[in-house]
Amino acid sequence: MDLLEYQGKQLFRKHGVPTPDGRPATTAQEAVEAAEELGYPVVVKAQVLIGGRGKAGGIKVARDRAEVEEHAGAILGMDIRGLTVHELYVERASDIAEEYYAAILLDRTAKKPMAMLSRMGGMDVEEIAEKDPGAIYMVHVDPLVGFSDFHARRLAFGAGIAGNVVRPVGALLTRLYETFVQEDALLVEVNPLLVTGDREVVALDAKVTIDGNSIFRHPDTAAFRDVSAEDPQERMAKERGLTFVKLDGDIGILGNGAGLVMSTLDVVAQAGGRPANFLDAGGGSKAEAIVDAVEVILSNPNVRAVLFNIFGGITRCDEVARGLVTAFGQIEVKVPFVVRLDGTNDKEGRRILAEADLPNVIVEKTMDGAAARVVELAAAGAAAS
Amino acid sequence: MSILVGTETKLAVSGLTGREGSFHGMNNRRYGTDLVAGVTPGKGGQDVEGVPVFDTVHEAVAETGANTSMIFVPPRFAADAILEAEDAGIELVICITEGIPVHDMLRVYTHLRRGTTRLIGPNCPGILSPGKANVGIIPAHFFSEGNVGLVSRSGTLTYQIGNELAQRGFGNSSIVGIGGDPIAGTSFIEVTDLFEADAETELIVMCGEIGGEEEERTADHIAEHVRKPVVAYIAGFTAPPGKTMGHAGAIVSGSRGTAAAKAEALEAKGVRVGRTPTQVAEIAAEIVGAKV
Repeated sequence: MDLLEYQGKQLFRKHGVPTPDGRPATTAQEAVEAAEELGYPVVVKAQVLIGGRGKAGGIKVARDRAEVEEHAGAILGMDIRGLTVHELYVERASDIAEEYYAAILLDRTAKKPMAMLSRMGGMDVEEIAEKDPGAIYMVHVDPLVGFSDFHARRLAFGAGIAGNVVRPVGALLTRLYETFVQEDALLVEVNPLLVTGDREVVALDAKVTIDGNSIFRHPDTAAFRDVSAEDPQERMAKERGLTFVKLDGDIGILGNGAGLVMSTLDVVAQAGGRPANFLDAGGGSKAEAIVDAVEVILSNPNVRAVLFNIFGGITRCDEVARGLVTAFGQIEVKVPFVVRLDGTNDKEGRRILAEADLPNVIVEKTMDGAAARVVELAAAGAAAS
Repeated sequence: MSILVGTETKLAVSGLTGREGSFHGMNNRRYGTDLVAGVTPGKGGQDVEGVPVFDTVHEAVAETGANTSMIFVPPRFAADAILEAEDAGIELVICITEGIPVHDMLRVYTHLRRGTTRLIGPNCPGILSPGKANVGIIPAHFFSEGNVGLVSRSGTLTYQIGNELAQRGFGNSSIVGIGGDPIAGTSFIEVTDLFEADAETELIVMCGEIGGEEEERTADHIAEHVRKPVVAYIAGFTAPPGKTMGHAGAIVSGSRGTAAAKAEALEAKGVRVGRTPTQVAEIAAEIVGAKV
């Protein structure tokens, strides 16, 4: 779960990571009120979960009330790389002497947290890594020991930051690590980490990703979730407890188990088709889950054909077949379904489908055969429309 | 022979009195696994179909000599259950639970690595050694004894590939699900080494997916240390970047962790990669000859 800048900064402040004073706003009026409270000049910042806001014109300095109104009006509703801006963050402008980069993330390969510091802040970290890999200094942290002062010193001296800010940067890194652990983050990134003319250090931006599996112990963070910003189809699937990812093709996919569904997408793509979604109905899919899944898949108007690929382990193929029969009884289905049932109770499942004799349902025996068939049907549907 | 679980396995199930725990625990027992104990705090003294239940893993070990633990408790309690099993001297912990917070797993993983207890999973289907023992949720009836060692990050995909292999007459020495989480207790490399040392295993099939760099690291390791033939499969060629594809660990981050990069890394080290589950079985048959 990715947080907006102002949400990330809220967590930063909770753990003592210094940030400039600021207020969120959803209208130009609110932005003006915020600016009046903060004092000019302020920065009006688009709150969207994507990088490159500044280049897109989503971050503007305002020196007075009129400028705040003007910028807030222009930025609200703006499209930044496909995302519409619904929220702003109004922040006191900082005086910038130096821009560094700091982050703490999970290093999956080392299976440890990794802290990073660079003198080259304010640009894309992947860009820094490409231009000058030596410019980013990294240390691993033992999760059972935690972040010690020596980690901070190694980072500061390793990255070669200015001598007179070694201590405050170290203190910020310590607090940042605390945020990372206590908030169950997968990533906390500060870019830029600012050094002001008075040699104060502050986090000027915040990019925070929280581990979705930890939300049960972070009710405050759970409240950050913005349902309105989510894709409506993905939201519908989530509410029904289905694991779903929307894609841009025209073949609806359902399978059981994440690996098998990924593999199904690949096999369909190899057969020349374009999947419209990833949908894992889960192990032990019951009939109700199948009805829900069919509804979610068909709520995408691009879908021209659907593939059910089930390899029953815990999932029983007869349950899936019954669910499909029920779904066809409740929903008007206009597109063809290709169904492949293998594994636990597969014969019974195929018998149920044969008896129900559903219109537009084609049973295939193998995964490859089913993929080829559904691609054919989707192409025929595209040609007919 | 087989790896990790077999006739010497004495299994204690944490969460045996729960719905899933009892269903799969009893399934494992019917398969022939020596299920010696259940552990549920507060339910010590009870039994599940004759299997004694204890309040703590320590008691279960003392009373029954359990050497393997299967964790079937909800995510928020799972890290603690793994630590308890380790503290009680269990040699092998198999954690089926999905959804454990990553920071919990970081601490558990780091702690276990300092001792001798091995963790498989979490978020995994467990381990099946056909004809000997089944610990987990793998549907055993698809698999027979044989010479293919199968290791995978996914459950149902393992069944699909195992089934394709079975149709060409292959059986399995062991099938190991290492799990779909970002922090896995045991890696592809470690399981590959166990198969390399296992007399029964003639061919190793590894089934990877997007996310992380384990497959790439395994490719390097195979080139240097594994003499047995390895066939691989990677799921997720069509996965868009930045989206978690069902498994917590299955995510392409920027340009890292893609299926294409993994397949390339493996092929560069001479490991053949099937582009579909069917192709994996075809390659396996080419390498060691179908055993119908």
